[in-house]
Amino acid sequence: MSKLKAITSVRNVRRYGKPIVFLVCLYPAAWLALQWYFAYTGQPHGLGFNFFEFTNRTTGEWALRYLLVALAVTPVAKLTKSFKPILFRRMLGLFAFFYVTIHMCSYVFLDLEGNMAEFIEAIAERLFITVGMLAFVLLIPLAATSFDKAQHWLGLERWRKLHKLVYIITPLGILHFYMMQKTTTPEPFIYLGIYILLMAIRYLDKRRAKA
Amino acid sequence: MTLIKTLKQWQESENNVTPERIYLNRRKFMTKSGVFAASAVGGMLAANKLLLAADGTPLKKLPHQKTQYNPGEELTTEQAITSYNNFYEFGTNKTDPAKNAHRLTIEPWKVKVMGLTEAPGVYDIDDLIDYNNLEERIYRLRCVEAWSMVIPWVGVSLASVLEKLKPLSTAKYVRFQTKLDTEEMPWTLTQGLDFPYVEGLRMDEALNPLSFMAVGLYGKELPKQNGAPMRLVVPWKYGFKSIKSIVSIEFTDQKPLTTWEKSAPHEYGFYANVNPNVDHPRWRQGKERRIGEFRRRETLMFNGYEEEVAHMYKDMDLTKFY
Repeated sequence: MSKLKAITSVRNVRRYGKPIVFLVCLYPAAWLALQWYFAYTGQPHGLGFNFFEFTNRTTGEWALRYLLVALAVTPVAKLTKSFKPILFRRMLGLFAFFYVTIHMCSYVFLDLEGNMAEFIEAIAERLFITVGMLAFVLLIPLAATSFDKAQHWLGLERWRKLHKLVYIITPLGILHFYMMQKTTTPEPFIYLGIYILLMAIRYLDKRRAKA
Repeated sequence: MTLIKTLKQWQESENNVTPERIYLNRRKFMTKSGVFAASAVGGMLAANKLLLAADGTPLKKLPHQKTQYNPGEELTTEQAITSYNNFYEFGTNKTDPAKNAHRLTIEPWKVKVMGLTEAPGVYDIDDLIDYNNLEERIYRLRCVEAWSMVIPWVGVSLASVLEKLKPLSTAKYVRFQTKLDTEEMPWTLTQGLDFPYVEGLRMDEALNPLSFMAVGLYGKELPKQNGAPMRLVVPWKYGFKSIKSIVSIEFTDQKPLTTWEKSAPHEYGFYANVNPNVDHPRWRQGKERRIGEFRRRETLMFNGYEEEVAHMYKDMDLTKFY
């Protein structure tokens, strides 16, 4: 009976839960694309007076949020003693990569107008860009090995080790945000606090498992 | 004093108004449309509110004379100028000051004058600003964050204000301070800058004919988010030098330690002259984004005011004195 219940709910998660979460995750990007369409066609839009700064800022914030949401999946699964959150982990991780990617594209193609020389100069000379770029580059192998077969090819242990890179990528993203700001504001510290909390839950859980 | 002579020369040239040129310029501005109008549309919903100050009272019109100070470039919309602001006393997001600056009380407005002067004391704003001789100057404004605007300010030359305050010849610098009231500006407690906001100019910079004390924009008194009731406008320097809502003026022989220099000395210098050849550690300064335009522009040396100001820095290494 309980087995049957578990199976059906997993099916429900797959059939309904995932598409719903997918659409929710897509919403900020879709909204932004729509605002750019409005701006281009001369209609009222929500991009403010500096579209480029707004787009960089918004996509960067969403990238950080999805990184933290993806990082939260395992602790939530552990705390609720349910494996079902894990069913969303890959999708949420890929959304984090998606938002980091559009954040990059916004900077390079909208803000810098695709000027690669300027982009390379920025990576070399502006430390906060270097840090952000490093976070993006480190995220690529994770996204590239997100499908089931990759786990098989790499072996589960090596795959897991590789994906632990996100423990470094996320604070790099937060550092990038902190360094970008002109003054010390609370936001980066809120992100950092959530990151520390999520890592602490992992650590405590691991210690308990050993004991 | 030579100072007064310079001033007079400048005032003469100043009074040569060219109404036709400004008229044509305005028409060109009014009739321009197309894709670039999109930015203005963004503020359209708020347009009805724009004639009002943030607290709902209408902004008074200021009678003024047109001047030759006009780069002949398209004006940034009033909506953008009054909605996209850096005024950290009211929050760090660009949209915060327009939302929060209504808390600033500006009546009565007193300015404390101190230091190396024959006439120290507390002045009413009306003692400093000659409201019968206001002029409009259209200046470029270039922010250190690499965006820019073109703004029709209303006010008086800074020299005309400082002249009233009789600085001693030993005064080498002038130091300005913004109002600080933690009840009106609770953001000052959390924004990680050392308030009150302090800015300063070398005496010769302050007396340069371009230096301006603005009390209005677009023909009306300044909205609070733009630094009401009086603010500095130093068009050849990055925007943060143009200190808002000034409550004290001090003449000194010591170079003032300005707020941004104190906060990050390797990033913000005392001079902060617009210079496309000297990059800020976080922003490339060669180009700028004019608010309302889709493509970036080349940033001009001294923000396009090289002719008027370059002589003041001719023996200085501008990569060192940034």
